[in-house]
Amino acid sequence: MLQGLAFYILATIAVVSGLLVVTARSPVHSVLWLILTFFSAAGLFVLLGAEFLAMLLVVVYVGAVAVLFLFVVMMLDVDFVRLREGYARYLPLAGIVAIILLAEMIMVSLAVVQGGAASAALAPAALPEGVSNTQSIGRVLYTDYIYFFQAAGIVLLVAMIGAIVLTLRKRDGVLRQDLAAQANRRRVDAVEIKSATTGAGVKPEELL
Amino acid sequence: MEIALAHYLAVGAMLFTIGVFGIFVNRKNIIVILMSIEMILLAVNINFVAFSRYLGNVEGQLMAIFVLTVAAAEAAVGLAILVTFFRNRGDIAVDDASVMKG
Repeated sequence: MLQGLAFYILATIAVVSGLLVVTARSPVHSVLWLILTFFSAAGLFVLLGAEFLAMLLVVVYVGAVAVLFLFVVMMLDVDFVRLREGYARYLPLAGIVAIILLAEMIMVSLAVVQGGAASAALAPAALPEGVSNTQSIGRVLYTDYIYFFQAAGIVLLVAMIGAIVLTLRKRDGVLRQDLAAQANRRRVDAVEIKSATTGAGVKPEELL
Repeated sequence: MEIALAHYLAVGAMLFTIGVFGIFVNRKNIIVILMSIEMILLAVNINFVAFSRYLGNVEGQLMAIFVLTVAAAEAAVGLAILVTFFRNRGDIAVDDASVMKG
């Protein structure tokens, strides 16, 4: 009973805030609604017994991706009114496509649940005794799926390098540390020994 | 109020549809398009986790983790391209991005 109530509340919040993401006037509001969508989806994951993924969703999406979006939206000085031009023009077509897509997908999932591959799965499968969700994921992830896990790490590495390469730029008039130049500097390039006569010293003009 | 697999699939289908709808409606605003893509991937994740739970197979959750990884990478690279594009053009209207006639 309580679980059903929680499901309906979370699902409603997720869908409504998802709709507000695509209809909000300001992209900043869109990002905030997106955060709410992810939070409700994380709640749904908790209801499904996938606590690890729920926490992952909060950490990765709300903590990293959504904040990244927020940074970019606030950093770029964009005329967002101009970007909304044509909104009303695309609305009917988008609505028709969306309704057809939704009807098709609900029909397919009903077919799968009622007569197809998942017809036996009317109730959630029993959770294994004495093993937490995180443990059961780790047991499979680090054994059978270890190569996929490594590949996921490589994907993240490539994405990180790509993002840095794309956004790094050299600007004139900004002093930067050049490690190679620092390391290659030799004593003869930097220091010069002048002999000074006793009592007279060296005049500053002579140094140049 | 027993919650069955179909309920979760319906939520996933709705979020997916909203994502596609968002791409169609906000054709000029690439930031919202990226957010719509994130929402589509979230819908896929909901389906994965729901099937994983109802079929008693933890591998669905692993797939959701991999989808999450790719989604994070995609967001990072997409936004980096967006920032570079903005620096070069001073605007992010996607209509102007057809220089290459791709």
